[in-house]
Amino acid sequence: MFLTYCAYLSLAVCVAGILWRARRWFFSAIGPEARLSTPGQRMVVMFTALPGILFSRKIWTIFKALMLDVLLQRQIFRQSVVRWIMHMGICYGVLSLILVHALDDLILADLVTDYAATRNPYLFLRNLLGSAVLVGLAIAVVRRHHVAVLKRFNTVWDRAILVILAIIIFSGIGLEATRMISASLFEEMVADYWGSDDTEEITALKSFWAQQFHVVFATPPPLDASHLDTGRQLHADYCAGCHSSVRAAFVALPLAKAITPMAAIFDRMRIDTWLWYFHYLASCLALAVLPFGKLFHLFSVPLSLAVSSLGPAVGQRPESRPIRRAMGLDACTHCGVCSRHCSVTPIATVISNATILPSEKIAEVGRLARDQLTIQRRWRLSQGSRTCTACGRCSDLCPSGIDLQDLWSASTADLNRSGYPGPHGWIRNQSVEQWADHAREEILAPASTDRPRFTGNPNTFWACVQCTTCTSVCPVVAASDDPRRDLDMTPQQVMNLMRLELKDLALGCRMVWDCVTCYKCQEHCPQGVPVADVLYELRNEACRRLDPAVPKKD
Amino acid sequence: MAIRTYLYFPGCKIPRFLPQYGRSTQAVMAQLGIALDETELNCCGYPVRHESFTAAMTAAARNLAIADAKGLPLMTPCKCCYGNLKHADYWMRLDSGLRRQVNATLAAEGLSWREDTPIHHLLTVLDADVGSRRLQMLISRPLTDLRVAAHYGCHALRPGKITQFDNPLSPTIFERLVAVTGATAVEWPLRLDCCGHPLWEKNNRFSTALMANKIVDARQSGAQVLTTACTYCQLQFDVVQAEQASASVDPLPAVLYTQLLGIAMGLPPEILGLDDNRIQWIPDTP
Repeated sequence: MFLTYCAYLSLAVCVAGILWRARRWFFSAIGPEARLSTPGQRMVVMFTALPGILFSRKIWTIFKALMLDVLLQRQIFRQSVVRWIMHMGICYGVLSLILVHALDDLILADLVTDYAATRNPYLFLRNLLGSAVLVGLAIAVVRRHHVAVLKRFNTVWDRAILVILAIIIFSGIGLEATRMISASLFEEMVADYWGSDDTEEITALKSFWAQQFHVVFATPPPLDASHLDTGRQLHADYCAGCHSSVRAAFVALPLAKAITPMAAIFDRMRIDTWLWYFHYLASCLALAVLPFGKLFHLFSVPLSLAVSSLGPAVGQRPESRPIRRAMGLDACTHCGVCSRHCSVTPIATVISNATILPSEKIAEVGRLARDQLTIQRRWRLSQGSRTCTACGRCSDLCPSGIDLQDLWSASTADLNRSGYPGPHGWIRNQSVEQWADHAREEILAPASTDRPRFTGNPNTFWACVQCTTCTSVCPVVAASDDPRRDLDMTPQQVMNLMRLELKDLALGCRMVWDCVTCYKCQEHCPQGVPVADVLYELRNEACRRLDPAVPKKD
Repeated sequence: MAIRTYLYFPGCKIPRFLPQYGRSTQAVMAQLGIALDETELNCCGYPVRHESFTAAMTAAARNLAIADAKGLPLMTPCKCCYGNLKHADYWMRLDSGLRRQVNATLAAEGLSWREDTPIHHLLTVLDADVGSRRLQMLISRPLTDLRVAAHYGCHALRPGKITQFDNPLSPTIFERLVAVTGATAVEWPLRLDCCGHPLWEKNNRFSTALMANKIVDARQSGAQVLTTACTYCQLQFDVVQAEQASASVDPLPAVLYTQLLGIAMGLPPEILGLDDNRIQWIPDTP
């Protein structure tokens, strides 16, 4: 009774959690379109669009996506057969166990006339499915610890989900093994299903069960032929209807044999009962926390794949896009495939910012959407976001069908709009003199990998004779009708500042940031001053010393 | 005809922003019997160079290391990518500290940058490796009467010492290749100037001012179309020009060189993605 109440309570928590999470899809405001509609309007748009999808050709597109990408998981198969095996093992192992084992009295007991958990094929199936899950979990553990790019970023939930599933499976196997050898359980079953008082006959049955079913009795019963024959006969009359040979339990049986030495202690403590409660409650706990962690992908990924089969977010109505993005955020399983193929992953080896990697960025974008980020983390996310080159590879590869490209452009737009632009933007927040003061006050950020090749060496500028050729050829200077107003300094004036070792004054000059990198200055300089390279270096230095995203030492 | 193979480096912007450049490049290369190895590569590092030189060089060097591991010359249709890869090649040779640092990072993947990875741009492959004569033989639909302003772009051209693309002050490669298609390359004073795209979304005022200057100059020099051989330049003259278009002025069509060459070779416009160009150019029917 208590356990049944726990099950219903967990189910209620699960359902409530799913609804809470689904509600978030309408209340998340990601991207510029989000301001154009209220959550209520988005809900209306989505629900009114549903009939149009369900009763049209599109339902076939969705059906195909569900068959190929959810049931067969072809996207994963194409990327890695080993990962497919892992996921199929865990996914189908767990789901099948839920159907044929956890819900056996609701489903199988109704469908099959003489269902008993101890019968084959159910006994065999449980062991088979349990081992499929364990194989999958083993591969998952190896993968999480050995694959480059991924192994640094495992989260609590990445581990927790494996631990929870392992606990459930192992406790299940342990439960089956301890029940197998339990003498007390044998006594209970005899009382419930036979009700005999005949000690001679019970002993014979014990003999049979000790030999064939590995029950361990305090006083070992005689194993001579006449006892076994009688026992077999009694078994056929009273037990065989529900009990298939335990040889089918190819995982639990070896364990049962292994723990035989401890059988007396286990039986006295009724370990089998403890494990029964443990196994049941662990499963209830997993059900209850399902909506709140990585287990939620059971629902969010099929939904995301169904929606993405209808096309990229950009083709949808503006009111639908924030919903799509929020769904996408919930569909991430942190598998890390995106980061393994991301075009700018090599950059993350130099610029130490995990949010450059899409698998880490997506979690931060989720926190941004829920307004959970500090200012410093917003700056970091801004840096991670603009490092992305929008190549779209992550979107193409994501096995959960998340439109990542759309998520990135939406979140970057949000960051830009809310005051977290890139360096070409934030440099305009202060004047040249203010930045110079700032630069002098800032303690240098932790060890930079960029050594100033030119700007740290005064020799670079001794050759500059201020001929103003660089300024004359600069197209940006030419496009301005008032260079002092628009650019603070012209190129040769910046070189002059460098010649005078007034680098801090140069860092905030608009010329440095409005340089179009055409290299005409450097090409035409008669004295070989690498003007364009110097301007690049000044930008690098400003980013290193003044970028709000870079954590400063105290 | 021998099949040559290059490691194809499309860069990050072609797949989602200018797919027609990728399609037309592949179509033209196929016609020429040149195979393109499409191993997955990473960003050339050009955009991040504003923030970190080392990051830009590491990213570039990784691609060169992969080319080296495969024993293939690298070819890119984008001039910004070409430029940054050449910068990496130059500085990795010269700066032993940089070389050590970058190779230490690459070693984690079993990669190593070595000298002598050939780095080509689409135009240098067509000009030097294939040659005008062989190209001429494949022209079946010359673009006679078409006056083209060949836009060189900046990052392949300058600094000449590093990029080694052509003479940085008076290059001729692009006009030569335009002539191959049968079109006339006009002389225009601002031909070597910047398109302005590096400042797009950083300072749109200057970005569009630079672009506008070039278009005015091209028109005044009698051009009917502009041609580019760089992803960024084409995005500027096609996408940005289309966005900035006013009702009063007809935009000047910008056509990728591979699209021009492809039409001249008799390839169908659909394969070359002419419909994807925002500003439509319809080649004259012969």
